[in-house]
Amino acid sequence: MEAAHAHGHTQEHGHDHPTGLMRWVATTNHKDIGTMYLWFSFAMFMVGGVMALIIRTELFQPGLQVVNPDFFNQMTTLHGLIMVFGAIMPAFVGFANWQIPMMIGAADMAFPRMNNMSFWLLPPAGLLLVISLFVPGGGAAAGWTLYAPLTIQLGMGMDLTIFAVHILGLSSIMGSINIITTILNMRAPGMTLFKMPMFVWTWLITAYLLIAVMPVLAGAVTMILTDRHFGTAFFNAAGGGDPVLYQHIFWFFGHPEVYIIAIPAFGVVSQVIPAFSRKPLFGYVSMVYATASIAVLSFMVWAHHMYTVGMPTAAQLYYMYATMLIAVPTGVKVFNWVATMWKGSLSFETPMLFACGFLFLFTLGGFSGLVLSITPVDIQLHDTYYVVAHFHYVMVAGALFSAFAGIYFWLPKWTGKMYNETLGKLHFWLTMIFFNVTFFVQHFLGLAGMPRRIPDYALQFADFNKISSIGAFGFGLTQLLFLYIVVQTIRSGEKAPEKPWEGADTLEWTHLPTPAPYHSFETAPVVK
Amino acid sequence: MKALGKIAAASALALYPALALSDYKLNLQAPQTPIAERIFDLHTLILVICVVIFVGVFAVMFYSVFRHRKSLGYKAAHFHENTTVEVLWTVLPFFILIGMAYPATKVVIDMKDTSAADVTIKATGLQWAWSYDYLNEGISFTSALSTPQAQIMGLEPKGPNYLLEVDNPVVVPVGKKIRILTTAADVIHAWWVPALGAKQDAIPGFIRDTWFRVEKPGIYRGQCAELCGKDHGFMPIVVDARSPEDYAKWVQEQKAKTAKKADQAAPGNRG
Repeated sequence: MEAAHAHGHTQEHGHDHPTGLMRWVATTNHKDIGTMYLWFSFAMFMVGGVMALIIRTELFQPGLQVVNPDFFNQMTTLHGLIMVFGAIMPAFVGFANWQIPMMIGAADMAFPRMNNMSFWLLPPAGLLLVISLFVPGGGAAAGWTLYAPLTIQLGMGMDLTIFAVHILGLSSIMGSINIITTILNMRAPGMTLFKMPMFVWTWLITAYLLIAVMPVLAGAVTMILTDRHFGTAFFNAAGGGDPVLYQHIFWFFGHPEVYIIAIPAFGVVSQVIPAFSRKPLFGYVSMVYATASIAVLSFMVWAHHMYTVGMPTAAQLYYMYATMLIAVPTGVKVFNWVATMWKGSLSFETPMLFACGFLFLFTLGGFSGLVLSITPVDIQLHDTYYVVAHFHYVMVAGALFSAFAGIYFWLPKWTGKMYNETLGKLHFWLTMIFFNVTFFVQHFLGLAGMPRRIPDYALQFADFNKISSIGAFGFGLTQLLFLYIVVQTIRSGEKAPEKPWEGADTLEWTHLPTPAPYHSFETAPVVK
Repeated sequence: MKALGKIAAASALALYPALALSDYKLNLQAPQTPIAERIFDLHTLILVICVVIFVGVFAVMFYSVFRHRKSLGYKAAHFHENTTVEVLWTVLPFFILIGMAYPATKVVIDMKDTSAADVTIKATGLQWAWSYDYLNEGISFTSALSTPQAQIMGLEPKGPNYLLEVDNPVVVPVGKKIRILTTAADVIHAWWVPALGAKQDAIPGFIRDTWFRVEKPGIYRGQCAELCGKDHGFMPIVVDARSPEDYAKWVQEQKAKTAKKADQAAPGNRG
């Protein structure tokens, strides 16, 4: 069967590798689009990072020194929105674009032109979020969760945010349609679903989650928009509505959303750990089923974000049991990764360091999630820094570390150059240390009673806040080192060998040269 | 083995008061109500189980990290599945979770039982203060942050209860069941006093409730726990628990000076 041939080159007749600005604007090549997603993600990571540093600067000491409380809330809100929607999600879509076609032996994605649009929707959305800070009233200041009725009160920054969220959702939905169609239809002959690399499985599952829940988020923010401007009362009791309705709708999106972030991260780690253990992934079939179970369960647990709203006893108990259950398939995955390493022949180049860092710290974050799932304990910890610690462990030490692992792993295949291993290891260790300095102490702050989203705090919280802020600056500065490493690799890195990673065995490593050609697998390989 | 179990239990019990000393602020605040104690113990149980599993799993991983290295000449094995082991590590965690869920269930049920209260107080969240109505005593007042702006702006040294002090605290009798009804006048707030183990969202247009029974007289401090606008961090809660006799005296004093203000009262006030 002929591999599908990308049709996106009508503008460049006879031009196999276009140049200049228009190359990037009009590209339909999955590698170019993947590259744009990754650079966009990094730029947003820096913007969101600066916002985090503003937050941590204000929190360095008790008292208000740097910003006013309203602007502080704008920072917490935009830091969250930018990091979730602008940085971490596009990063993994970037990996999806680069890797899925190559890993299944396809020439490109199923819908290359729609792929281009999926990317180009992102910069305007990002711009809208940033611009919202500068309109009268400033940016939305309600936390990334945008609860009503607070959001009904806010200024026009909220409307810009709603618009941005719609655009981001559209991008994700189109991207997911592309991913599912590609994976289901364009695998090379012989590559059955259960022969696909784990990374491809994780994206297949994640794409379904995205299609299911992004429209729900769109619904939630549209209901806020109409409550704000068009006389509806969805979230206003005086008009017959209920503020808690917003929370249900939002978290029905919001819980699967965190798995949308985590599951591709699991996929990357499932490629890196076997490669550096020189041993196949342990329990491949269980890993597929565990990932699918996590995805299915993720739809059934949303109200564990709402234990204090006043839901009936039976509901609190149901959500507690259902949430605790997610620990089972997640545990299976952790055990399988450790079993992959067990009696492997391990080496610890930078990708593996980040993958092991992921394994250790994501699991720690998972345990704080288990603590939070227990309703009575959550009553004490809800809306405190314990929750902030939990989600930064799973999203930064989890998803971000996995993204770093993937970049270091695949940079040679993408660019044909090796990154500097010493600098890569330095990036890892500094990130590891500063991350923990920043966030481990936040567990204690939450336990001790410090609420979230406050610009100033009581004196007993001072010491750990100071430590956390110092860690945050270290962490932020370290990421500039990462930028240097990547740029230096692209411009003047040492030429990479055909197979830099001995244990890597997926199609892009076994069947393609290094660097991968602009058009790869124009004829599909046959997979045994 | 029974003796070992007893020793383990005894040492754990001996540790509890130590753990309760929040001097190092590493744990939940010292519990001041039976519910808060049960939450504290539940957290300790879960934490211990999680630490044991975490240490066990990563002991295995670190063993591999140090011993199963290519640089030491270690050659990779080829196994990549084992159904028995997979079943075991799916089923065993399930039973551990049941072990956690069982005690937790009892606490959830007890936390939700707000019946037969001795004192009922409605707490209304405002932007940005609390207003309290003692429904049976006919007392009402607003309770706002009393920390001076000068301290917040760094023009004066900060007092010991910086950001956790109010003009009019919530006075309650010890040893009695206090039911707190929560609602709000504008946006969602949340009423939370960590030492009492009570947190409840205050939702505009709706009434929710929670309860506590304070064991010892004292001052217990908490904060709003739901982002409610710019001064979310500046609307604390102070509960002043007094002996029943002192409480009764305070009620008499308050009745004498209560003026019911027509302010931003919650809609539920119209009953």
